Amino acid sequence: MEPIRKHEGLVYPLNRANIDTDQIIPKQFLKRIERQGFGKFLFYNWRFNEDGTEKSDFTLNDKKYNGASILVAGENFGCGSSREHAPWALQDYGFKVIIAPSFADIFYNNCTKNGILPIRLSEQKTEKLIQTAESSKYRISVDLQKQQVTDGQGFLAEFDLPAYQKQMLLNGWDEIAVTLTLEQAIADYEASH
Amino acid sequence: MSKPKTIIEKIWERHVVHQEQDKPDLLYIDLHLVHEVTSPQAFEGLRMKNRSVRRPELTYATMDHNVPTKHRNIVKDAISKKQMETLKENCSQFGISLADIDHPDQGIVHVIGPELGLTQPGKTIVCGDSHTSTHGAFGALAFGIGTSEVEHVLATQTLWQAPPKSLNVQVNGKLGKGVTSKDLILAIIAKYGVRFGTGYVIEYTGEAIRDLTMEERMTVCNMSIEAGARAGLISPDDITVEYLQGRRHVPQEPEEYEAISREWKALATDPGAVYDATVTIDAEEIEPQVSWGTNPGMCIPVSANVPDPSRAETASKKEEIERALEYMGLQPGQPIDEVPIEHVFIGSCTNSRLSDLRRAAEVVRSKKVHRNVQAIVVPGSFSVKTAAEAEGLDVIFTQAGFEWRDAGCSMCLAMNDDIVPPGERCASTSNRNFEGRQGNGARTHLVSPEMAAAAAIEGHFVDVRKFTEATLQS
Repeated sequence: MEPIRKHEGLVYPLNRANIDTDQIIPKQFLKRIERQGFGKFLFYNWRFNEDGTEKSDFTLNDKKYNGASILVAGENFGCGSSREHAPWALQDYGFKVIIAPSFADIFYNNCTKNGILPIRLSEQKTEKLIQTAESSKYRISVDLQKQQVTDGQGFLAEFDLPAYQKQMLLNGWDEIAVTLTLEQAIADYEASH
Repeated sequence: MSKPKTIIEKIWERHVVHQEQDKPDLLYIDLHLVHEVTSPQAFEGLRMKNRSVRRPELTYATMDHNVPTKHRNIVKDAISKKQMETLKENCSQFGISLADIDHPDQGIVHVIGPELGLTQPGKTIVCGDSHTSTHGAFGALAFGIGTSEVEHVLATQTLWQAPPKSLNVQVNGKLGKGVTSKDLILAIIAKYGVRFGTGYVIEYTGEAIRDLTMEERMTVCNMSIEAGARAGLISPDDITVEYLQGRRHVPQEPEEYEAISREWKALATDPGAVYDATVTIDAEEIEPQVSWGTNPGMCIPVSANVPDPSRAETASKKEEIERALEYMGLQPGQPIDEVPIEHVFIGSCTNSRLSDLRRAAEVVRSKKVHRNVQAIVVPGSFSVKTAAEAEGLDVIFTQAGFEWRDAGCSMCLAMNDDIVPPGERCASTSNRNFEGRQGNGARTHLVSPEMAAAAAIEGHFVDVRKFTEATLQS
């Protein structure tokens, strides 16, 4: 996967809690056997009418957010189904960073396996980002090494993530290749069980 | 005397392959279940790197999400068809056992694992499916994974996992008559919310849990993920041992089975073991539940009214309730038992086992499905279907006006042709009432099999306890 170290980009605010992966990518698009091309189906039922035209009341369709690469949302983002098609769709659409007060466990993991950086920030900080991005074209910077989010105008937030996920994201490692260096340990475990 | 441990700690310790600083543990996986939707990209990944499946004999596949339940072999959707064919090719190329669409072992992956005795206490079990938590009912550590992790397990039979925190969900007292384990898990999620389990593995304990049959326990553990927990389990006991005895993949010799049963039961959480957190609920307080909103925490007793957003504690809660009510086409304060329905779905990995079907059949026996309702029963596996037919349940259902279908995930997520049309309402025994889950614009109400059956007859929700009583008197 592509490493991610620093990212600067436009914020798209989606002020809802408990956004489940069925909303991120509805089931009718899970039938494909490829990893690519899911971006056009992202938030499909929220973005499009039955006839395929864009819904004007869904903010991702607002031109103001064209080219957004940082999604900021409410708590428990990515709950529900384990479908990795959800991070694939977000990534294919152009999102590289997702910020929320909390994430569902499987979704969080799935992001880090695909070079998407999930960032947990306090509800207060998240709300601040959402408010600013709702009222203006708002760009922020993320530095994974320093574990910081800044906007160059005084906003600064630090975030935590497990050391292992940080290294995987910074280096873009092939996790299976890393694990296979421990092949002997796996074989030993198998021999003794 | 050594420190008392939870079953979660015991299983974990036995599966650690490798530990080092600043890394999760490398955990060995005993059983990897595979289905057609979340595996094709994983197999493709192996091919691209010229990797093989490390332990095909610990890997078991079936097709369940896409399969037609009406005309078994007519897959109209070309992309679905391709996905199923791809699984077949992948299993054949990598040497994996597959319960294909017309195989007698076919069924929903979380129904057939236990049925075949592949699911056993103490195992680590994964599948590219969030309802893998179901297998925790046996005292296995079972959790859903993404496709990248599926590929990792195929290639290495391991996963990097941080040791989980443990959460004791203690259910005191006994469930009332007509109140099921589905009502129990819905009430737990309604009380504590859809993310109280995030970061935890749940162990369900207490009198009401010990009283449950294995199939009822599976219903509870199945919905752990709806509380945010990747895994939820129950310490094994005599009920577990009895259920598994004689199943295909457990030891058949009585002495051998006896020995392994002792090992299984020794996995149970030690008295005095410490959990990272505990929540409690009184079983006696629980009524039959109906979900009113768009996540499984939005659930109320059947005697209650739909919530009023103006009474919400915070502005964001208010907005969430308003949005859910709008999607669901409900009014604040409306009694939930007056809400008319157009569809009933009895099935899914939550509630499609033989005992679920028996209880629903008992409710509809000698009655007729309401004229406004289309009702289907989708057994969880081919073998559930056969067993149900052997005792005449299919006849009870079809005489009442239900359709009797073939096994699969079906209308739980509507990836096949079993779809609820926009704006229509379904009483469903499945696990998720998310927007669009059963079809774009479809409105899902989660209930137990008994409650779904009673709603099918009445055309609206009804307290199944009163319904059954009235039937007995008439």
